[in-house]
Amino acid sequence: MQEIIRLKQVKKAYQTGEMHFEALKGINLVVNKGDYLAVVGPSGSGKSTLMNILGCLDLATSGEYRLDGELVNTLSSNQLADIRNKRIGFVFQAFNLLPYATAAENVEVPLLFAHVNSKERRKRVTELLARVGLADKMNNKPTEMSGGEMQRVAIARSLANEPEIILADEPTGNLDSKSGAAIVSMFDELHKAGKTILIITHDMSIAEHTERLVTMKDGLIESNGDLSGRRVG
Amino acid sequence: MNIIVSFKQFFNDLRRQKLRSLMTMFGVFWGTCSIVLLFAFGKGIMEQQLISQKGIGDNIAIFWPGITSKEFKGLPSGRRIRPTEDDIRLVKSKAEMVMRISPEFSRSALLKVGKNSSSRRVHGVWPEFGAMRNVIPAPGSRFLNAADERERRRVIFIGNLLKEDLFGEDEAVGQTMLVNGMPFTVIGVMQEKNQDSSYNGRDSRKSYIPSSTFNAMFSRRYVGNFVAQCDPKVSMDMTRAEILEILSTKYKFDPTDREALSVWDTTEGFAFLKNFFMAFRIFLVGIGVATLITGGIGVSNIMNVVLEERTKEIGIKMALGARKSVILTQFIVETLLITGVGGLFGFVFAYAVVKAVPMMGLTEFIGVPEVDVTGGLIVVGLLAIVGLFAGIFPARRAANLQPVQALKLF
Ligand SMILES: Nc1ncnc2c1ncn2[C@@H]1O[C@H](COP(=O)(O)OP(=O)(O)O)[C@@H](O)[C@H]1O
Ligand SMILES: [Mg+2]
Repeated sequence: MQEIIRLKQVKKAYQTGEMHFEALKGINLVVNKGDYLAVVGPSGSGKSTLMNILGCLDLATSGEYRLDGELVNTLSSNQLADIRNKRIGFVFQAFNLLPYATAAENVEVPLLFAHVNSKERRKRVTELLARVGLADKMNNKPTEMSGGEMQRVAIARSLANEPEIILADEPTGNLDSKSGAAIVSMFDELHKAGKTILIITHDMSIAEHTERLVTMKDGLIESNGDLSGRRVG
Repeated sequence: MNIIVSFKQFFNDLRRQKLRSLMTMFGVFWGTCSIVLLFAFGKGIMEQQLISQKGIGDNIAIFWPGITSKEFKGLPSGRRIRPTEDDIRLVKSKAEMVMRISPEFSRSALLKVGKNSSSRRVHGVWPEFGAMRNVIPAPGSRFLNAADERERRRVIFIGNLLKEDLFGEDEAVGQTMLVNGMPFTVIGVMQEKNQDSSYNGRDSRKSYIPSSTFNAMFSRRYVGNFVAQCDPKVSMDMTRAEILEILSTKYKFDPTDREALSVWDTTEGFAFLKNFFMAFRIFLVGIGVATLITGGIGVSNIMNVVLEERTKEIGIKMALGARKSVILTQFIVETLLITGVGGLFGFVFAYAVVKAVPMMGLTEFIGVPEVDVTGGLIVVGLLAIVGLFAGIFPARRAANLQPVQALKLF
């Protein structure tokens, strides 16, 4: 199996005034291409901090993060921007859609940054929104959509430049169980299509869909298990 | 490439920020418009006043005969001091600071052209008088010259309104007119001018003939008055003192006696006017600066009000792969467009007002306001800079954060 993410002794410390707080205390983790992995653990255990570092939304204080063998710690801000743009799709709990833009325009944003031409952009946006079942909501603004629909727009957006890796931080956290289930089945499909997927969740029923389960506690990985055997069985 | 991304973003953003964009544009519009108008009118008014003041002539003083008020070397006070044309020649040859000088004789005479007649003052002067007193010939005509003076020619130069009274719309130059029954050839008509101060009436209804001709007709012993213009490099005070020194030596009066000759020094009023306008200009600049500061605060306030949502927006865009330069370009384009459009509207509006005002016929008082293009551009530029500072520094700060920090900041 081909390795795509490798963390070695990754630490993250926050300095708030006098307070020094270590949110990650030395994470070691390997993720392979095509992995479907859930991260669980109590609130404040460092899940989001870890996910942000993996998504290049934040930098580790120390340790090594290798993406496809490349050492992320030493990359320039433009290189990091390009990774976020093309190689990693990020799905947030709070959706983080641009409130003034339509569904189509939101999905278009990563394509703009990738300098995709307008004809291609239109084609891709239409495909992506159809893929998440929102072909008829292209021109709706976030305020005109339900939470589940907004999260589907966000998933479509995360897929815009066809990244290999999808990171989702409690993607169903703001949704009712029915909409949440729809989102989860979408991740299942992406997994079948070969994407590498990491999902943070509180919801064990989601964790049951994944093939690996990482449990975090107090800034450390407590357990790192393979569930695929159980699923097969 | 970045620019294209930025434009697409810009129009998306503008739509959302309709109110903010409009407010900012209005701030720039207002600032530009008021400053351009302020300066256009201020300048128009100032220039109008200066032109009017200059109508009588630059750096000149006018001297009239007087009566001594002080005893001098045993001579009593109360003596009349009346210079002659020879005295003026004496001053002309001796005084170094005097650039031009001319005697001025005058009397009322009956002027006739065909059926039109008018009783007006006729002045006998030297050729220097014209340039000195700002009596400028209209195109196609001339003032008195040295040959006229030398040969006692019967030639006459007339004011523009007098010309209208006597000749109407007809050509006057080259025509003959009668002065107390004596035929004179019109050699020139005065170019219209603004004049807010005068003696013996405005120049527009006066007429001028050579002083030699005047004396041949009316033989005066003493000049009615004389006019002297000082070298612009020296002060009129010193020039006056020099003239009085020469004449007081000849007529034996105290050179400090202010009543021996009465003097109207037009540079005194001019100095006042200059000071006044200096103050006026400072006032204008003050208002301009205040307007700019207010406008700038407005612009930067509006830019900052939305810092919260903008920071989040920047965070989202960075999370989706926007490079720092894309984000900054967007802000720059946005600010420049908003200030550019606002400034352009302000400028056009002010321009229209400035063009409309002369049609209302207030020119005599406020002059012809003129738009100062450079000034307008400076104003727009300054507001753009304020906007850039206000908009770009927060944007830069946000863009320098890690995406997650920008997302979480508020
Ligand atoms: N920007 C920050 N500054 C200071 N402390 C932070 C910051 N972000 C997170 N933390 C702290 O780090 C710890 C881990 O947070 P987080 O990764 O969000 O946990 P989880 O997602 O597992 O709930 C928490 O105690 C949180 O308070
Ligand atoms: Mg979290």
